[in-house]
Amino acid sequence: MAQVNTTFTLNFGPQHPSAHGVLRLVLELSGEVIERADPHIGLLHRGTEKLIEHKTYAQVTPYFDRLDYCAPMSMEHSFVLATERLLGVELPKRAQYIRVLYAEISRLMSHILNVTSYALDIGAMTPLLWLFEERERLMGFYERVCGARMHANYFRIGGVSRDMPKGLAEDMSLWCETFPRLIDDMESLLTENRIFKQRTVDISPVTIEQAMDWGFSGPMLRAAGVPWDLRKAQPYEVYEELDFEIPVGRKGDAYDRYLVRVEEMRQSVHLMKQCLEKMPTGPIQTENKKIGPPRREEMKSSMEALIHHFKLFSEGFHVPSGEVYVATEAPKGEFGVYLVADSTNRPYRCAIRSPGYVHLSATDMLARGHMLADITAIIGSLDVVFGEIDR
Amino acid sequence: MFHMLQDLGDYIRAAFVQEVEGTAVIKGELTLAVQRSSLVKVLTFLRDDAHCQFQQLMFIAGADYPEREQRFEVIYHLLSLRHNQRIRVRVEVSEEKLVPSVTGVFSSANWFEREVWDMYGVAFTDHPDLRRLLTDYGFEGHPLCKDFPLTGYMEVRYDEERKRVIYEPVKLAQEFRTFDFLSPWEGYSGPQGLPGEKKKKNHAVGKK
Repeated sequence: MAQVNTTFTLNFGPQHPSAHGVLRLVLELSGEVIERADPHIGLLHRGTEKLIEHKTYAQVTPYFDRLDYCAPMSMEHSFVLATERLLGVELPKRAQYIRVLYAEISRLMSHILNVTSYALDIGAMTPLLWLFEERERLMGFYERVCGARMHANYFRIGGVSRDMPKGLAEDMSLWCETFPRLIDDMESLLTENRIFKQRTVDISPVTIEQAMDWGFSGPMLRAAGVPWDLRKAQPYEVYEELDFEIPVGRKGDAYDRYLVRVEEMRQSVHLMKQCLEKMPTGPIQTENKKIGPPRREEMKSSMEALIHHFKLFSEGFHVPSGEVYVATEAPKGEFGVYLVADSTNRPYRCAIRSPGYVHLSATDMLARGHMLADITAIIGSLDVVFGEIDR
Repeated sequence: MFHMLQDLGDYIRAAFVQEVEGTAVIKGELTLAVQRSSLVKVLTFLRDDAHCQFQQLMFIAGADYPEREQRFEVIYHLLSLRHNQRIRVRVEVSEEKLVPSVTGVFSSANWFEREVWDMYGVAFTDHPDLRRLLTDYGFEGHPLCKDFPLTGYMEVRYDEERKRVIYEPVKLAQEFRTFDFLSPWEGYSGPQGLPGEKKKKNHAVGKK
C-alpha cells in the first residue's frame, strides 16, 4: 500500500468550550501528534488602547475592568498606580490596605476560576461546583464595597471610590477561616487523583531558559522554578509590610502550574487576614482636592466642593508630561501599563502588557509534539482570558 | 551590578559610544535611545553582559508622534531578574523605514512585533511571520495611528437578505462628538505652562 500523507489541519475554536473564550487555534497534525500550533487571536478586539486615548484619566479605569474580567480590580491596579506615579500622589495607608485586600480577593477569584475550570476541561466536574459557591461570595464582597459584582471601577486615581461598609471586614474574616478547608477538599479530589495526574504531569514542561526567553511571568514562571514575584521583588502599596511565601514548581509542567496556583490561593487568604488585621482607620483617598473628588455630603454645603466635583467629572485633571511603565503582579502574571502623558487631561498613549498574551504566544513551543487531547490541558494551564489578550 | 541606574546607563553608554544616542533616568526608570541599525547588537549585549543580564523582554510598545520627523517610536521594556532592574530601549523610525526584528534575541518579541506592525504599520526585517494579529482578516489600515479615526472606516452587520455578514462603510447616526475641555484661557498650569496655550497658538495660525 502506498504511503499516504497523514498531516492534516484542524481548526480548534473559536467556539470550543475549552478554548476559554474566542481562541481560534489552527493545528497541523500528524496523526494525533501536533506538528504546529498557530493561535489566531483578536476575535474579541475592542480597541481598548485606542479608546483610552480619547478618554480622560478617570474615565479609563472601567476599560481596565473589562480586560481580565476574572480579576477586574487587579487590572485597574496597574493603571491607577501608573497615573499616580506620573502625578506624584501619595496614598493614605488605609486606601493602600484596601487595595491590597481587594487585589488578593481578585487573585482568589481568578485562581478559583482557573483551577476548577481546568479540572472541568480535563474531566473533573465536582471542583467547579464546590468552589464556585465561594467565588460567588467573593463577588459578594466586591458588590458590598462598590455595588458591582464584576466591573467594579473601585480603584480610583488617588485612592478607592468609597470606604468599606460596616460589618464587611468581620464577614471577610469569617470567610478566611472557612475557605482553606474547601481548598483541602478540592485538593483531595485532584492533587493525587490518578486521572488528573495522567492528564497533567509532564505536559508542556518549561525550562527556566525557555520561560525567560518567552517572557513568562507569574505562576508560569514560578512553576518553572524561578522564585520571582513582583509583590516581593518590586513591592508596591503595602506588600512590604505583609508576610507571605512564593510557591515554586520544579518541572514547569501543567501539574506544577496547578500546584503553584493552589498554594497561591492559600497565601492570598493569609494576606487577606493580615490586611484585615493591620488595616488602620482614616481617609481612603488622597487629600489633594484637584485629584480626589469631594464627598457627596460636602457638596451639599460647600461651593468649592461642588466646583471641584464638576471640574473633575467634566474636564478631569491634567497629568504632567512624562512616561512610566508600571507592572503589578496580577493573578496571571506581570500586568504592565506603559503610560505616556502630554500634560493634557487624556493619556497620549496607554499600552497594555497583558500576561496571557505573552503566554499564549508560546503555544507553539508548548504544544509541539504533544497529542491532540493534550491541547486543552495546555491551554487551560496557561490561564488565558481573552478580555486581556485581545484588548 | 550597579545600584544607581545612572551608573548602569553610563556603563552601557561607554560600551556603545556610537550606537547609544542618549540615556536618561526619569521617575526611577532608565531609558536608552538607540540607533535603529544597532538595535539587535545592543539588546544582545543587554541580555548577555554580566552587569546587565536583562534576560527577559517583557514588552514592546509602539507610539505615534505625527508631528515628528521620525514619526514612530518602538519601545522595548527589558527586565533583569538577577539584578531586579528594568530598562527601556527606544528606537525611532519614520514611515518608510524598517526596524530590525529582535525575535532572534528574545522569542517573546514575535507577537509584540506583529502587534506593532498591525497597529502602527511599522515593519520589521527578518521577522519569521509578520502577519496581522489583533485586527480582522482582511483589515486595512493601522488603527493606533493618530490619524486613524476612532470610529474606523468599515463596519460589519448580518444581512438578513443575503444571509451572511457584510462589510460596509461606517454610517454614524449622529456626528461623532468629541468633547475638548482644553479651553485656551483656563485649566491647570503644569510645568509646561498653561495647557491651552499651545492650542491657542495653533488656532491663531489656522492649524488643528
